[in-house]
Amino acid sequence: MIEFLSGNEAIARGAFEAGVRVATAYPGTPSTEILENIAKYDGIQAQWSPNEKVALEVAIGASLAGARALVAMKHVGLNVAADPLMTISYVGPKGGLVVISADDPGMHSSQNEQDNRYYAKFAGVPMLEPSDSQEAKDFVRSAFEISSEFATPVLVRMTTRVCHSKGVVRLGETCNSPSMGYEKDVRKNVMVPAHARLRHLALEERRKRLEEYAERSPLNRTQMGDLSLGIITSGVAYQYSKEVFPDASFLKLGLTNPIPKGIIQRFAEKVARILVIEELEPFLEEQIRALGIEVVGKERIPRVGELSPDTIRSAILSSVAYSENPSSSLPARPPVLCPGCPHRGVFYVLRKLKFTVTGDIGCYTLAALPPLNAMDTCICMGASIGAALGMEKALGPEISGKTVAVIGDSTFIHSGITGLIDAVYNRSNITIIILDNNTTAMTGHQDHPGTGRTLKGEPTVSLDLEALARAVGLRSVRIVDPYDLDATEKAIREEVLKDRPSVIIARHPCVLLTKERYPTPKVDTEVCTGCKLCLRLGCPAISISEGKAEVDPFLCNGCGICAQVCRVHAMISGRT
Amino acid sequence: MLCSQSTRDDLETTDVLIAGVGGQGILLASEILARVCLRAGYDVKKSEVHGMAQRGGSVTSHVRFGKKIYSPLIEKGRAEILLAFEKLEALRWIYFLRSGGTVIVNDHRIDPITVSSGSATYPDDIIERLRERTADVNLVDGIGIAIRAGDLRTVNVVLLGFLSEFLPINADLWRGVIGETVPQKTVDMNLGAFEKGRELVCLTKRSCP
Ligand code: SF4
Ligand code: SF4
Repeated sequence: MIEFLSGNEAIARGAFEAGVRVATAYPGTPSTEILENIAKYDGIQAQWSPNEKVALEVAIGASLAGARALVAMKHVGLNVAADPLMTISYVGPKGGLVVISADDPGMHSSQNEQDNRYYAKFAGVPMLEPSDSQEAKDFVRSAFEISSEFATPVLVRMTTRVCHSKGVVRLGETCNSPSMGYEKDVRKNVMVPAHARLRHLALEERRKRLEEYAERSPLNRTQMGDLSLGIITSGVAYQYSKEVFPDASFLKLGLTNPIPKGIIQRFAEKVARILVIEELEPFLEEQIRALGIEVVGKERIPRVGELSPDTIRSAILSSVAYSENPSSSLPARPPVLCPGCPHRGVFYVLRKLKFTVTGDIGCYTLAALPPLNAMDTCICMGASIGAALGMEKALGPEISGKTVAVIGDSTFIHSGITGLIDAVYNRSNITIIILDNNTTAMTGHQDHPGTGRTLKGEPTVSLDLEALARAVGLRSVRIVDPYDLDATEKAIREEVLKDRPSVIIARHPCVLLTKERYPTPKVDTEVCTGCKLCLRLGCPAISISEGKAEVDPFLCNGCGICAQVCRVHAMISGRT
Repeated sequence: MLCSQSTRDDLETTDVLIAGVGGQGILLASEILARVCLRAGYDVKKSEVHGMAQRGGSVTSHVRFGKKIYSPLIEKGRAEILLAFEKLEALRWIYFLRSGGTVIVNDHRIDPITVSSGSATYPDDIIERLRERTADVNLVDGIGIAIRAGDLRTVNVVLLGFLSEFLPINADLWRGVIGETVPQKTVDMNLGAFEKGRELVCLTKRSCP
C-alpha cells in the first residue's frame, strides 16, 4: 500500500510500524504534527507534556519499563530536554527509545537555527537523518532496531523541509513489540557517581560497537556515477544535490553519528574531488577532514539559512538560471495577529503606556512588529519573567513601575512557573501578564494542562493559574478581559505601582479556535477624522480609504477594540 | 479536450508554484493538485511551511511531479506554472517562473498590513510587470465565478479548474479527487466550480479544436 505523507505523518506511521507504546511531545514547529498523528493510533499512549524535558522523562520511564517509546520536539526543545538526554545515554533504555529532533534551518518559525546534530555527538548517541517521507518512516523503524540492539537512545534528526514536505510512502507491516516489563537494576539505572563511572565506560564500549555497525549499516548508501565528482551528503540536502548533480557519485549518509570512516575513505579513493553538502554547520565536513581527506564544503556552501537546489547550484556552479529577486521592493506581507485576537488590546495598551516589555514565544511575539511595536525582548520559552526580574535587579526597583513581562498560558506552563517563583522569592516588584487564550495557538491550537483536555481528547483536570500564582506566594493576582481596553489599562497601571510582584491574567480564548464573532463596527464617515489612530492596532481588517477608516466585514470578527480606541467615537461597535 | 496540452514540451518534471495569503486555502488546493498528479501515475513531492507563516502572511506551496522527483523545492526560474490566489503574491513570486511560463492569477487584492497601515503602497502595475516575465498571463475573476458557482469559498476549485487545462492530466482524475477531498455536502457545488474554471480557459484564452 502506498500513501502520500508528510515527513511528520511518516514518522507517526513509522512509530506505529515499530510497535511504539508510549509517545510524548510538547508542540513546536516543525515537529507538532508528529504527535497529532501518532495520537490517531489507538494502541499508542500519546500525550502532550508541559515541556520537552518532562516529555523525554516520561519516554525514559516508559523505555525503562520495557516499552518502545518515542519523544518528539523542535530543535530548541532539545535544549530543554538536554539534561535527561545526556544521562539516559549512560543508563540506556530497556525498550527502545527514539528522540525526534525537528530542526528549523532558515528559521521559518523559530528563534534560532542551531544544528542539533551536535547533540548526538555530545550525548554519544547514534543519529539518523531521513531525507524524505519514505525514509522518515523507515528510519524510525531502524532507529528502534538500533536502540534495542545497542541499548542506546537514538536521535532522529528531521528538518523543516523533511517534516513539511509530502511524498509517496510505501507502508509496511506493524511489528509486535510487547513490553519487556520492568526489572530493578540499581547499578544501571541509578546514576550516582559510583554507578555513572561504570556506565560511562559502557558508553565508550557502545560507541566502538556503533562505529563498527556504521560500516555495515544499510542506512549509508554509495551510488557510483561520474567519478570526477563525489558528493557526501545527508538529510534533505541529498535530494537537492541529486537535483543539481544527477550524474555525480554519491555517498548518502543515513546514519550520521558515528560516521562510517571506512566507507568514507574508500569513497574518497574512488572519486577525483569531494563535495560535502550539508545544511547549517560543517558537522560531517570537519569529521571527514579529520580523516585527512580533502573536501570542498562550507567555503562554498552557505552555513547560514536553509539550502535549496538554487543555493547549491549558485554556490558551486555560479550559473543560476534566474536569480533576480524583484520581490524585495514590494510591500512586505508579514504574518499578523488575527482580526479579533485577544492579545491585541494588551499590546496596544502597553505601547500607549510606553512600557518596557520583556516578551516570550507564541503568536503574541508578532506584537513586536509594526505597528504595535510593543515588545523589547524575546529569547526562549519562559525567558520573559527572568528577563524582567534581571532588569529590575540591574536598574533598581523604580523600573518595575514601567516594565512588564508578557507570557502566554502554554509558555507559562512550559517554563514560566520557575521564573515566577524566582520573582517572588527574590523580593521583586515586577508585573507579569499571562496572556491566557486557553490553547497553544501558534503551533495550531494544541491542548495543554490548562485546557482541561488531553491530546487524545479526554477530559482532565485543568490547571488553575490564579491558584498556582497564589500558591507560590503572589498576593496580587487579578483577571481582566483584554477585549475591555479600559479595564486592561487600569489593571496594568495599578499593578505596576505595587511594592510586590503582581500577576495579571488577561483571559480571553483564541478567536481562531472559538470562531467568536460579533457584528462589524460601523464607521461614521461624517465623524471619522482620518487620524489613523485605529491603524495602530495592526488589525488586518482596518484600512484607510479616501481618508476615512474602513472595516472589511469578511475579516473583522467584531471584537470592538477599534471602537474603544477611537477618540471621536466614529466607530460604533456591534458588540453590546 | 485538453486544448492547451500542446503548449507544454515534454519535460521530465513539471513544477507548479502556488502562492497566496495565509488563510486563502492554498494548502488545500496544493493537496488536491498533488493527489491528482499521484493518481495520474507520477512521482510527486509537495512542500510548504506551517506555523508563523500562516497568520495572514505570504504563503507558497511547491508541487513537483514527473517520473522521479528528488527535491521538494522548485528552483527559481524553473516553474512551469505560477498559480497565484492574490495579485501582489503573483508579483512577489514571479521570479520562480521560467521565462515564457504560465501565470494564472486570481483577480483579487488583499492589502498586507504594511499597505493598510499606510507605510507602503500596493503596486498598480502588477499585470504589466508580470507580462515582462511572460506573455502568458491569465487574470481570472475567481471570486466572481465562485459566487456564480454558489459559494465564495469555491474560489480555489475554480482556479484549479482553470489550472487543469494547462496540465496533461485527464479531467476525470481531477473530478474524482475533488469529490473525495471537499466536504460531502459541497461536492456538487465544487464540481460545478471546477467546470466553470475549465470552461473559462476555452472561452477567454485559446481557440479550442
Ligand atoms: S491564532 Fe489566536 S492567539 Fe494566535 S494570533 Fe490568531 S487569534 Fe491570536
Ligand atoms: S472590531 Fe475592529 S479591531 Fe476588532 S476585528 Fe473588527 S476591525 Fe479589527
